[in-house]
Amino acid sequence: MKTANKPAKAPAKAPKAAAKPKVAFFDFASCEGCQLQITNLGETLLDILGAIDVVEFREAISEKWDKDYDVVFIEGSIGDHHAEERLKKIRARAKVLIAYGACACTGGVNGMKNSFKLDEIREHVYGPDYKWFDSTPTKAVHQVVKVDYFINGCPVYAPEILEVVKHALRGLPYTVPDNPVCSECKLNENVCMYERGVACLGPWTKAGCNSWCVNNGNICYGCRGEVSNPSKAAQDVITKYNLKPELIKNKFDMYNKCKENDQKPGKGK
Amino acid sequence: MAKTTEKNIDIKVDYVTRVEGHGNIVANVKNGRIEKCEFHVVETPRLFEGMLRGRSIFEAQHITSRICGICSCGHTLASVAAAEDALGVVPTEQTIKLRKLLLDYEFLDSHVLHAFLLVAPDALGVPSFIPLVKTHNTVVRQILRLKKAVNDCCDILVGRHIHPITAIVGGWTKLPRPKDLDAQIKIMEGMTAELEPLLKLAKTLKLPDFTRETEYVALVSDDAEYPLLSGDIGSTDGSRVSRKEYRKSTNEFVDQRSSAKFTKWNRDSLFVGALARFNLNYDKLHPKAKAYAKEIGLKPVCHNPFMNTMAQVVEIIHCYHHALGILKDLKKNGVDYSQEITVGVNEKGAVPVRAGDGVGSVEVPRGILHHNYVTEADGTIKKANCIIPTNQNVNNIEHDFSKFLPEILHLKQDDIRLRLEMLVRAYDPCISCSAHYLDVKFVE
Repeated sequence: MKTANKPAKAPAKAPKAAAKPKVAFFDFASCEGCQLQITNLGETLLDILGAIDVVEFREAISEKWDKDYDVVFIEGSIGDHHAEERLKKIRARAKVLIAYGACACTGGVNGMKNSFKLDEIREHVYGPDYKWFDSTPTKAVHQVVKVDYFINGCPVYAPEILEVVKHALRGLPYTVPDNPVCSECKLNENVCMYERGVACLGPWTKAGCNSWCVNNGNICYGCRGEVSNPSKAAQDVITKYNLKPELIKNKFDMYNKCKENDQKPGKGK
Repeated sequence: MAKTTEKNIDIKVDYVTRVEGHGNIVANVKNGRIEKCEFHVVETPRLFEGMLRGRSIFEAQHITSRICGICSCGHTLASVAAAEDALGVVPTEQTIKLRKLLLDYEFLDSHVLHAFLLVAPDALGVPSFIPLVKTHNTVVRQILRLKKAVNDCCDILVGRHIHPITAIVGGWTKLPRPKDLDAQIKIMEGMTAELEPLLKLAKTLKLPDFTRETEYVALVSDDAEYPLLSGDIGSTDGSRVSRKEYRKSTNEFVDQRSSAKFTKWNRDSLFVGALARFNLNYDKLHPKAKAYAKEIGLKPVCHNPFMNTMAQVVEIIHCYHHALGILKDLKKNGVDYSQEITVGVNEKGAVPVRAGDGVGSVEVPRGILHHNYVTEADGTIKKANCIIPTNQNVNNIEHDFSKFLPEILHLKQDDIRLRLEMLVRAYDPCISCSAHYLDVKFVE
């Protein structure tokens, strides 16, 4: 295939043959389900492959790329020394870095590890020889390197993948919705889980998933992270349903335990 | 053979598995003697079994489905079975029927991706599926369309295939409406257009001839149904234990070279997965699946690990017909919507909790999966243990290497590498491998 002399900085449009952006995928501690979401795009995947040049994607190709990347996707959270070093090296070579999925964006379920004393939980799983396997407290990607785009969710929501990819390829900023899941849930005409007698994290969780779980009869588990400024309505929910703060905090810890890292000195966004 | 006696080989294969993350193959041969032939699993420990402690038993499904994106429906089913066993909850017949349907979808999804994305490049003589996008666009589109079709069925049944939403302890938060059943039946029936040519293509795949007797382990049962969701744990060495005694069949041990634990039963190693199921339960396969097996010459007991891929293809046919059967049955007899349950019932105390010890053993695409939870009196998890199929196979892969490597030592280094790659891929340790990516380093 013929290509232009050098890769474009920020192509105005998804280019066809010339100067396709070099894109790479890397995974850290995760279930790799967010990568798999890409294969679930079906034939749309072929359209995306037509607009980019995938230079590293261990699920699909074996070539290694030794130059800079235009866009990298980081899946997974950071949970050992080697991973932290590897992530920093990738960042140094990447023009644009996308934190991809809950584990990367918020630490995800891996953050629950931080609820325990590190040596205790390691020994619990691996026994007396646990030190054979390196392990550090879980961090989200932005707690190690600078992140340019976030694609939240466990798993990521396909329409949002496409949206962010389009923004990233054009060099435009993408703003993660900062209104609660309830705003989408109402539009979907779901019966409020609180009315069904169950505590749901919708009032405090960032929208953008089209209230995926509640549409299917389940509660919101907070996988997209907390809204930066919960509305007064959220406070009313606590009062109206007489919720214990421990119950809500405990539920939030499932995906958002790593948020505590942001509050530590020198670990801000 | 004389030529191989002086051969020196130093191979290091870095590759990636799904659950266990990064795995390496290390093989050293000096003067024709194998000094080392190991399979290492090196991955950031995620410590799920530790993290579950203190969480509600009703959250176990949500959390453990996140162990593996591709097997999240399998983890869901093992998790709810273990939790229900611990709590003493008995699911209804309808709930079980729908869980079996979900498991069929899980098999179709996983096997289609592994067997066909593996089969197509090998059958067409290219190193990965990417070049096929240009040269064999039709085949790639068939595979992607098939994958999408199964995925669409999962979307309807459980909200999404990756980390299903509606299947929880006690039943289903949302039951398929008649139009949902129609939609699934339509998608399934439409699949044959893609499935038939791919099944034909799979027949042309040439796999290495290699045999090593080992112990095959899978669920077994006394009824006529191919056991995937329930049963005892059985082996081709004649052992059979109940799921409560699963530890007898796994005997986990830790070794420094892998952060995955190893397992064995009656022999040094054991094999779980499609070939194990095929070997133990051949008679219970759908007639069309059996007919295909006959056509490709696959007979139980088969001791060639490479044939695991073909056993997966056979299971694709079985699960396809089994799923369609369930859908048509539900369509004909109707769904009882009064069984729809509300999640988080524990907060309302609708399901009594107790101190218990429950096991869920389920066949998932890569083999038998065990979840075991011990609960406190208040329904929180005190202890959790998950034994994942790939872990059970790691030990067997190493033993295969020990026999396989001497048999192929006369080949060129590149061919040796290719054969070792194919052997690892045959076990379907992850989708990365199935899509033909292995980073192989020869260190001179």
